[in-house]
This record gives sequence, structure tokens and C-alpha cells, in this order.
Amino acid sequence: MSDAVLEVDNLVMEFRSRRGTGVGRVQAVRGVSFTIGKGEILGLVGETGSGKTTVGKCVVRLLNPSAGTVRFDGQDITRVPRRSLRQLRARIQMVFQDPYSSLDPRMTVAQIVAEPLRAHAADSSQQTRARAAKAIERVGLPSAVLQRLPHELSGGQRQRVGLARALVLEPQLLIADEPVSALDVSVRAGILNLLADLQRSMGFSCLFITHDLSVAEFLCDRVAVMYLGEIVEVGICDELFTNPCHPYTQSLLAAAPVPDPVRQRRRTGVRLAGEPASNVAPPPGCSLHPRCPLADERCTAEAPTFTVVSSLGHVARCHRVEEEHSPRKPWGQAATSV
Amino acid sequence: MQDLLEVENLQVRLFDRTGPVLAVRGVSLSVGRGEVVALVGESGCGKSVTALSLLRLLPASAQISGSIRLDGQDLLALNSQQLRTIRGGEIAMVFQEPMTSLNPAFSVGNQIAEVLRLHRGLRGGGVRARALELLRMVGIGAADKRLRSFPHELSGGMRQRVMIAMALAGEPNLLILDEPTTALDVTTQAQILDIVRDLRTRTGTAILLITHDLGVVADLADRVVVMYAGAKVEEADVYELFETPRHPYAAGLLRALPGSAAARQEAGPPRLAEIPGIVPTLRAPLASCAFAPRCQSATDQCRTQPPLLAPCGPGGDHEVACFHPESAATVSA
Repeated sequence: MSDAVLEVDNLVMEFRSRRGTGVGRVQAVRGVSFTIGKGEILGLVGETGSGKTTVGKCVVRLLNPSAGTVRFDGQDITRVPRRSLRQLRARIQMVFQDPYSSLDPRMTVAQIVAEPLRAHAADSSQQTRARAAKAIERVGLPSAVLQRLPHELSGGQRQRVGLARALVLEPQLLIADEPVSALDVSVRAGILNLLADLQRSMGFSCLFITHDLSVAEFLCDRVAVMYLGEIVEVGICDELFTNPCHPYTQSLLAAAPVPDPVRQRRRTGVRLAGEPASNVAPPPGCSLHPRCPLADERCTAEAPTFTVVSSLGHVARCHRVEEEHSPRKPWGQAATSV
Repeated sequence: MQDLLEVENLQVRLFDRTGPVLAVRGVSLSVGRGEVVALVGESGCGKSVTALSLLRLLPASAQISGSIRLDGQDLLALNSQQLRTIRGGEIAMVFQEPMTSLNPAFSVGNQIAEVLRLHRGLRGGGVRARALELLRMVGIGAADKRLRSFPHELSGGMRQRVMIAMALAGEPNLLILDEPTTALDVTTQAQILDIVRDLRTRTGTAILLITHDLGVVADLADRVVVMYAGAKVEEADVYELFETPRHPYAAGLLRALPGSAAARQEAGPPRLAEIPGIVPTLRAPLASCAFAPRCQSATDQCRTQPPLLAPCGPGGDHEVACFHPESAATVSA
């Protein structure tokens, strides 16, 4: 476990209902564990309300988790006091979904990209300018944009500025929360290529949060699939996409239409019924059972644990998978093998 | 036979703070009875403006020219009273955002009943019976309870089902779906696409599907119209378009998708095809190809002369507006 940059163990995040209306607690994240190795891109995939963004916010401590631990570079950062967080944030940076609202409209690009340097680095103003200019060059923008304001840039250019700001301090870990979801296809391709290139040249680790499986497949080394606040399957990309084991992963893959009419119209697959249950009162047993075509009595009563599917760290949390792959091993052993 | 919808040389000029914008530049398209035509393009290509102009839902300052005929009737010549019988009756539209397009102050049943009274002339118990039937048709369980629900009590997928039920209430000849699943999760999207496919086989309604999602196009469309910067750049049968796109923009879009074959084939680190540059905002008519600044095959001709739509390929129903269309061979390479 020594080369893990991030270790998240049994993370729980509960929100109290806003006005104490008796609605109870929203359990956004319910016991999530994963690790990210040095230089690894882990995709966190799930639909609206699955808790993927909340996990990202807990990792950067924009939220204080209700329980569980987050270890960054070997250090437990779950309960680090607020004033020490500043140091931490120089090493963990974030890119957001909306390139419009995540840049201050009154700052020039040069000021936006230099801000992390002013907050964290003890550079002279000349050094700061040079580093900001280099960061802008690195994300493939001409130096002329340094003097521009965000509203003068296109969506793709803004997202590049957001990426330059996040990477200017050369962080060890980048949290990217749906960074391409607001972009058109032709622009998105450029940002994804850029992220892949920058990761290779700079070597940072990345938690890549997305709802789009094809994007995760393209960019990530490993993918964790979330449903209703829990991780239901983890595997390296090659394996997860060719041999998805959890019925939820299978149905997600079957539901995403492929851009090929011949293949798309021939496809049949698991179709989930209904909609996700409420995370105020998650169903007992397996959280997917009310929608799962494979559910039986055991699924309604007993929560499944992780079953190891392959030696490459592919695990899935499902009774059906377990029945296929017994004897079972505990989840901890699986996590170390990738 | 005459097509249900025939749009010819549609031009739409909108006005913003800085002056006129040529949002649609001479688009012609048709939708046959029972046909599903997809209008595809990225943000700002004019696909939604084209759809809104069919129902004359654009701001009053917008200037529309050309002709829009539904069943031979010229929609641009209608007065506002005549338009009201068309909207929701002959042509119904489902919008992207189901929360803002339903009225939050009225129950679901109330909103469906309004359409039934106005366009189908139903009264009394018949209204309720038909509303129930419509809700069941779009896969809403406990329909009698849902009639009394208000939009805020429903999930996004549920609201979009209600929108589709409302659109069908008027028994329109043409259904316009404007990004109907863009705001939804993939599993919900799959359910909505199933409903649309099922409706189409059951009712034979013609559909104009507006989307940026090529996966949705591959799933539903018979024919595809690709738009770029307010103009139609390519039109073809859906199978032909995905197999042999001829316009460099259409081909580039397909190659830029993470799930595309091109992204997977190459050895070494995978890469997606990029289309550099951005879509131009058109304030004046162009004397060149709008895509030329972003096109790798652009020549001097492309920069000095706008290409016209012309048939290409054997069938004659594949059209492309390009001086240097890609050949079938270069696309699959």
C-alpha cells in the first residue's frame, strides 16, 4: 500500500435535512473505500445522486466526512484542523464541471492562474508571472489569453484555464469533477486528450468523476462504479468494460447508446426498472434489489460484500457474482492487488 | 407523395445586443409521415432555432423567411389564432428541461386535461379516462394517483414522461423532441427512448428529433440532417451517415467520440480526433465555407466560395455541402 497517494476507507457522509422537517438524514455516501496509486487515474462513475461528487468533496475536505478516513500520501487528513488544510490544498487540486461559474468573471486569465501561486508559493511577482504563463502554454492556449477575461473565451478555452489553475502548483492529486460534461463533442475530445497528455508528462494521480462511461473508458486506468452511495464494482478499465459483473454496471453499459445504428439496434441487455431509491431510506439488503432483474430473497435481506472476480483487482458487490465466484475473499485483499 | 413537413430555404435572423445573428441560413428539410428525422449539431448550430421557428416560438423581433409547410399548409402565413390550433394540436413539442416546461402551479392531470379539451374537444369523464390512458402509455405506474401530483413531486424522468404524454394528448401529426433526454441519467434515458420507439410503432407519429447525442441518433432516427453554423452540411440515411459520413465536420464528430472505433484502434496511448477552433457566430452572409477555418482539407476554393448542397453517392438521397467530401475509403481508414 506504500505507493498509494490516496486511501479512502469506509467513508460516510450524511447530511441533515435542511429544516429538520422530519425527513431525516440523507446518506449521500455509505461506506466507500478505494485507493489511488501514484500516477493512476481512477474513474468514479455513477448517475445523479450516487454520491460521486460528495466523495470528491470529502477528499479535498470541502466537506467534513461523518465517518471513515481519508489518507493522503500516508497522512490521515480526515480530521486535520482547518488552518493546516491550506498546506494540503497546494497538493490536491480540483477542476470543476462548469467552466462558466468556476472562473471569477472579474479576473484576467493571468490573475486566475496566478492565484494559487500567490496563496501557496513564495515566488516573486516575476516568477509568478512566468509560472502562470508556462501553465497556460502547457494547456495549449496562446499567451495572448493571459490578458483576457473569462467571458471572452469559449467553453473549451475556459476549461483549459481551469486546468491550468489546478496544475500550476504541480499537485500530486487532481480531483476532476465532470470536467467535460458541459462541453460539445469536438471540444471535449481536445480536453480529454490534453488531460491524458498532462497526466503522462506531469505524473499526477487523478480522481476522475463522471457519469459518462465512454469518457471513463477512454481516460481512466481503473474504474469504480457507484450506486446509491456505495461502490458496487471496481476493476481495471480493460476488464470492467469487457466483463462487467455487477447487474448495475451491466445495465449502465447497456443503457448508454452507442454511436453506431447497426450495433445499437441489435443490442439487448439488462434494463433496470424504475428509478433509484431515496438515499434518505435506502432499501435493506442490496440497495439495487428493488430494480434488479436478478434479485431474489437473499438480496432483499442481506447486504452483499465484495467478491473478487479476477486477480487484477476486479471486485463486485453482488450475491449472484459471489455465487459464481466462491470461495470469497475479503475486500481488503482485493484493494492491494492493483 | 407529399411529405408531412416541408421546410424550404428557411432563414432566421435573431437580434442580440450587438446586432443581427444569422441563426439559420437557408435550411431545407422534410419529414415524411411516420418518419423519424434527426437534426444533429453542436451548441449554436441553429438546430433548436429551426425547431422553434416551425412553431413560431421565437422572439417577436426574429425575422423568418422561406417556407414551412405542414400538410401543404403554409405555417408562416398563419395568424396567431390559427397558430394556436397548430401548436399542441398538429405539432407538439417536448423540450429538454421538463421542470421549466411544466407549469408548477397545476397538477399533472390538469395540464394534460387542458390539451384534451382544447385540441380534442373532450369533456367530462372522457377527459380523465383519456388522461389516465396517456399516462399508462408512457409507462407511469399508479396513474390515477399521478394525475393529482404536481411537477415538483416528480423525478426528472417522470416529468419527461408527463411532457411526452401531454404532447401526445393532442394526437399531433408531428412530434418535435428537442434534446428530450439530455437532462436525464442514462438508465432513465434508455427508458424514455424505449417509450419513444414504442409510440412510433404504435401511433405512426412523425418525429423531428433534435439532439447533439449521436448515440441517441443511432438508436432512433431513420434519416439524419447534420447542421453546422446555421446551415445543413449533410443529409443521409442513418446507416449510411454513420458508415460513410462525407462532410469533414460530420466525419470529425464521429471520430471525436470516446466510444468510436477510431479512438480504440491505434496502438500506443489512445487519442481522440480533435476538431480545432470554434464555431463562428455569423453576423453577415458568408462568402466561404463556414467550416473552412477548422477543416484540414480546406483549399482556396473553400475560403472564397460557399459550397452548395449536392447529391453524392449512388442512392441520390445522400447530400453534402463540401468541395472536398471525404471518400468512403478515408473515413473507414
